[in-house]
Amino acid sequence: MSEVMPDFQLARPTTLDEAVVALATPEARIIAGGTDLNVQLRMGLAAPATLVDLSLISALKTLESSTSGTRIGAGVTLADLASDERVAAYYPAITEAAALVAGPTHREVATLGGNLCLDTRCLYYNQSHWWRKSNDYCLKYQGDICHVAPKGNRCRAAYSGDLAPALMVHDARLEIIGPDGIRQVMLADFYREDGADYIDLKPGEMVTAAVLPPPKGPSGYRKIRVRGAVDFPLAGVAVEAEETKDGKRFTIALTGTNSCPIMVDMPDVLTDDPNAFFANLNKAVQKAVSPQRTTTIAPHYRRLSIAAMAARLARELV
Amino acid sequence: MKRIVNLNVNGRQVEDVVADSLLLVDYLRDRQGLTGAKKGCDGGECGACTVLVDGRPRLACITLAASVDGAKIETIEGQAKNGRLSALQRAFHENLGTQCGFCTPGMIMAAEGLLKSNSDPTEDQIKTALGGNLCRCTGYVKIIRSVQLAARATAEATQ
Repeated sequence: MSEVMPDFQLARPTTLDEAVVALATPEARIIAGGTDLNVQLRMGLAAPATLVDLSLISALKTLESSTSGTRIGAGVTLADLASDERVAAYYPAITEAAALVAGPTHREVATLGGNLCLDTRCLYYNQSHWWRKSNDYCLKYQGDICHVAPKGNRCRAAYSGDLAPALMVHDARLEIIGPDGIRQVMLADFYREDGADYIDLKPGEMVTAAVLPPPKGPSGYRKIRVRGAVDFPLAGVAVEAEETKDGKRFTIALTGTNSCPIMVDMPDVLTDDPNAFFANLNKAVQKAVSPQRTTTIAPHYRRLSIAAMAARLARELV
Repeated sequence: MKRIVNLNVNGRQVEDVVADSLLLVDYLRDRQGLTGAKKGCDGGECGACTVLVDGRPRLACITLAASVDGAKIETIEGQAKNGRLSALQRAFHENLGTQCGFCTPGMIMAAEGLLKSNSDPTEDQIKTALGGNLCRCTGYVKIIRSVQLAARATAEATQ
């Protein structure tokens, strides 16, 4: 890669109020662990005038758990999240997802907030400047055409955060702070199916925490990736199994296959014929996803894999 | 924009002016002359630039020097004390944990970070801790063995 960093000013606020002020400056962007953004800066995928470094804000690094739920600060590192015993006891999908993000050294500094807001990824986007320029750039940045779907009118880059589906099956809400104060949004409503405009975060806003109600049942997270120890998901699935009076009900959320993480509509409960039920679950997942040619791995393989993982994980949770 | 940072590099206190956009790996290699941390992939994928920041492994190629102001930085150059190799360096040397040597500084620093928090790691824990470090000579078996023997040697020396 060996491209030079662009010039920018680094702001290092120590309180949320200072951070909001710093973020209000023109062309300001947030940096937390920097494990993704610093790579993007080198590739010329962003040119912020100011980077607002959140790593000194202690208010973002708290993880509180009680009988009424759990609040995880956006600045909690993935290493801390993966090793937290309360999270492991109540929300195993979150522990498993956090432990499977990138490599161990990334997780030392990468944060929950950074992973939830992780930029969408694509074969035609995550490339050096000269590579993209020789390909006439792309719809997501500096260009007009989506090379993945040239006839379409939106960016198809794949959302690749591991934590989002794990938090979504546990009904997480996000706390967001901005110039207009604090607001909350259901995590599932935070995303939209557009690779170039995938999160509901207005200029000057930042995620401060994820808030989880008590768990409804056990959960898990599985992913496939090219490099087993360090990689973004080609496809990832979180499942939560809830015991209801009618039987077991599964909540399923997916990542890596669309431009945003998606929930799968599973209205049925586990019936007396589990084989038929899990075959239906497999089909429902295949139907829900729309993997594109955003990676070197074939979309069809990712579709079959994520459905198989979902059915297998659901079986394990019974 | 530039700023003054105070760092402790391998036990030596330094005060330096750095650009806000300067990466830690460039600071260490170009300004401090510590070329042990390697630029392999230059994008956080290979682990060859691993150094310790306040005792924890960090990828220097995706870390801003200004963001580690006030921290204690340890690189491969600071591992040997008074002319004696560290336990990990000696184990890598004696057990062929090093082949071409390019990944070795990163491997040793990542392993050092592991042994600081876990003096008796299992093979799986070593594999997990070194999961972000690539060795293109593919000498992983000897590397893992070297870390195990370094841990054992340290335990025996302190008994």
